[in-house]
Amino acid sequence: MLLAVFSGFALAMLAPWLPRLAGRMTGWAVAVFPASLAAYFASWLPAIGDGMAPRESYVWAAELGLRLSFRLDGLSLLMALLITGIGALVAVYAGGYLAGHRRLGLFFAYLLVFMSAMLGLVLADNVLCLFVFWELTTISSFLLIGFEHEREAARSAALMSLLVTAFGGLALLAGLLLLGHMAGTSEISDLLTRRDLAGDRLFVPALVLVLLGAFTKSAQFPFHFWLPAAMQAPTPVSAYLHSATMVKAGVYLLARFQPLFAGHEIWHGAVTGVGAATMVYAAFLAYQSSDLKQILANATVCVLGTLTMLIGIGTDQAIGAAMAVLLAHALYKGALFLVAGAVDHATGERDVDRLGGLWRKMPVTALAAGLAALAMAGLIPTFAFIAKEGFYEATQHAEVAAWLLTAASVLANVCLVAVAGLVWIKPFAGRPSDAVRAAHEAPLSLWLGPLVLASGGLGLGFYAKILGERLLGPTAAAVAGRPIELELALWHGVNRTLILSAATVAAGIVLYGAQRWLRQVERVQAVVARFGFAQAYHRLLAGLNVLARWQTRVLQNGYLRLYVTMIVLTTVGLVWVTLAKELPNLKWPSSWDLKFHEVVLAGLILASALLAVVSRSRLGAIVGLGVVGYGVAAIYVLFGAPDLAMTQFVVETLTVILLVLAFLRLPRFRPRSPRGARLRDAAVSAATGGTITLLLLFATGQRSEGAASRFYADHSLSGGHGRNIVNVILVDFRALDTLGEITVLGIAGVGVYALLRLRLGIVPQMPGGARQPIADMPEQSFREMERRGSSVTVAGEPHPAGPTPAAPQSRQEDPP
Amino acid sequence: MNPVILRTAATFMLPLLILFSVFLLFQGHNEPGGGFVGGLMAAAAVALYAIAFDVPEARRLLRVDPQLLVAWGVLLAAGSGVPALIAGEPLLTGQWFNREIPVFGEVHLGTPLVFDAGVYLAVAGVALLIVLTMMEE
Repeated sequence: MLLAVFSGFALAMLAPWLPRLAGRMTGWAVAVFPASLAAYFASWLPAIGDGMAPRESYVWAAELGLRLSFRLDGLSLLMALLITGIGALVAVYAGGYLAGHRRLGLFFAYLLVFMSAMLGLVLADNVLCLFVFWELTTISSFLLIGFEHEREAARSAALMSLLVTAFGGLALLAGLLLLGHMAGTSEISDLLTRRDLAGDRLFVPALVLVLLGAFTKSAQFPFHFWLPAAMQAPTPVSAYLHSATMVKAGVYLLARFQPLFAGHEIWHGAVTGVGAATMVYAAFLAYQSSDLKQILANATVCVLGTLTMLIGIGTDQAIGAAMAVLLAHALYKGALFLVAGAVDHATGERDVDRLGGLWRKMPVTALAAGLAALAMAGLIPTFAFIAKEGFYEATQHAEVAAWLLTAASVLANVCLVAVAGLVWIKPFAGRPSDAVRAAHEAPLSLWLGPLVLASGGLGLGFYAKILGERLLGPTAAAVAGRPIELELALWHGVNRTLILSAATVAAGIVLYGAQRWLRQVERVQAVVARFGFAQAYHRLLAGLNVLARWQTRVLQNGYLRLYVTMIVLTTVGLVWVTLAKELPNLKWPSSWDLKFHEVVLAGLILASALLAVVSRSRLGAIVGLGVVGYGVAAIYVLFGAPDLAMTQFVVETLTVILLVLAFLRLPRFRPRSPRGARLRDAAVSAATGGTITLLLLFATGQRSEGAASRFYADHSLSGGHGRNIVNVILVDFRALDTLGEITVLGIAGVGVYALLRLRLGIVPQMPGGARQPIADMPEQSFREMERRGSSVTVAGEPHPAGPTPAAPQSRQEDPP
Repeated sequence: MNPVILRTAATFMLPLLILFSVFLLFQGHNEPGGGFVGGLMAAAAVALYAIAFDVPEARRLLRVDPQLLVAWGVLLAAGSGVPALIAGEPLLTGQWFNREIPVFGEVHLGTPLVFDAGVYLAVAGVALLIVLTMMEE
């Protein structure tokens, strides 16, 4: 299983070069991989049908309780088969759909990463492992939605899905950690047996956090808005991620944790309620859309709501029905999305109100679409019919609010029947409309996937019994955590459920017929655009930006002295938090054993520091600072720290070089700030100096032969093979710190470099060889950079306290 | 202006200083020195050369862009942690290879030296990046 999950990641790294090798056959070549994985998982069917659940576990980071654990039970197997099976069809389809696209290889790389992450997610048996794969699916979804990143709409939709699902992902992480903390294990299969956790006071917070993760991922109300927006993705992605697999991850999570949470009233209430609300609201929106992909997206949200609701109900029947609906939906909705892509490809039009009569032009596609639409409407003899029967049965026998849930389900399904009409009758039946005149049948790669999926949805209806026994039964048992007998059949005889089904279809036909009066696409869409949750999301983002701009203006105003003051005062404040408590215990050093040359050196340093402050010329101030630096280096020499001394000398030398370089560029030296500013600066300096002096005295008075320094002295040679303790600490004992420091140093260096170049007005060289003139950069950010840049080079310039930068004579500066 | 004395001196000083900086890097494990001060020394040497001649001349001598030095330095330092992972120990645990080599006596070579070389490159790179860019201004 480890190999099955990780080979995809390895393959993704090679995928960018694949189009060069395979040319037009790229899609088929990629499809071989998921197809063989599907065969591998299918080979597990008999064993899983017998109730086995093989498990593998590898240590990843044992200290964190992080293990690469995988477990294959019925639920995982069903999901894995969907992921790999549909993955293969989608790969073929994408090869045809994006044929000739210059980033085709990259597309397949993302797709393979997603597929492997999704496989890892459904197989994971460790909460942290599950979370890692969960976030990987979020990121690959982001990359795929924004695949056509030249378009602003695609970028913003990608960002929206990322923000919403990553927010949920973080909540999920917290929830999973809480669960792991309570149970003392991170292994999911151990966790699920711990029914005793329900009494823990952290149980409800964990429950709510996990629900947040599941609801955002599966686009449940009120987070549903990201899914229709995600239709900006290329159609194969919509079919695969945003219908068949990734959006089911939330449902999978609910199903996976059902044994642990079932029985808690918040769980049943929230999951059932949110699911039902999502189902009805999205069904309504699907009916009120006209873009083929939008209709399908809303219908998908509707089914996700159904699944959520069924898991919330939690009876044997409901869970069995949920698994059947999950399978049926993946088949027909995947097919319909792929058909939508083929229609878009052939006609360049996705508005169902403008399409018509396509069956003459695209007969095979029309056949696939027809079969899938039958399934969507839940008509006999498709597998979806059986699923819907089970679903109605389950709502009628729900323990709470059975009547209400059944009514909601019927209402949603009536809409779905009408929507099935919208997606098949409107574009395919009747006379060809203007938009489809030039259309022609799609190539094999574009109709193969939908046809296979749609006929699968039909064919499985006849094998329902064996499917129920061998796959869906074990799946439902894995969800519920107890054996479930699932009896699926096309014909149960005439009973209340069948009558409900018939009534649903009849009402759906009426609803379809009444669309002239009831279907007000423009009005509804306008209301949703104005008051919908997507709008709330945009408001929130805009508010965040306003806040960010405000705090940047206040905190990052471009004046170095403000930054320095803030850093210094924060440090002093934090030191005093501790120092104030310890002050009575402060021991002065017992003896002041000073030698003559030490006193002279200290006096020299003090005098030159004073010179730096009061000097009336810049050169004087620089020389003063330099003497301070060399004086400190001399102290290092005296007290046996040759390393520090050497470094200090070199640093001082380089500083002098830098100052000489900056010397001519600096504006006229103005030695006298206003009185107020001088007093303020003096106060800050005195506070800082005084605090550090106190701290040092305190440290010296307390000093004993510390355990830490003795450890380093003892182990430097034996453990680090070096006699220079300082160096061994830097490169061996605390190498990770040093690595972090040089990384920061590198970033800071590149930052300084960028600011200097900007100030010089040097035209940046674009990677493609095209030159982008500075004038093309956003004016605002350039000004900002300009101001920052000046604050770096004019570091020594004492400004008057006002907000306006002093206009130096030597060069022009923008008024702010 | 043609500072003959400075130029002549810089031409001779440069290789000596670079050599000294590498010497500092190598002896750092047992005597005062190390990658940080070595890197700074190397940067100061090149800066001296750039003052004596000019920046393009110094860049020509350097051959590589200081930015690349930074990147390679950080990469080298991070990469020196990988052998420990292969050996099954935590990242950046020192790995040592002790060999008896004629003439030199027993030689200790280890990943911390590679790490220190990374520090050397990164520090020299950053210092040169800033100094040379400011000189061009």
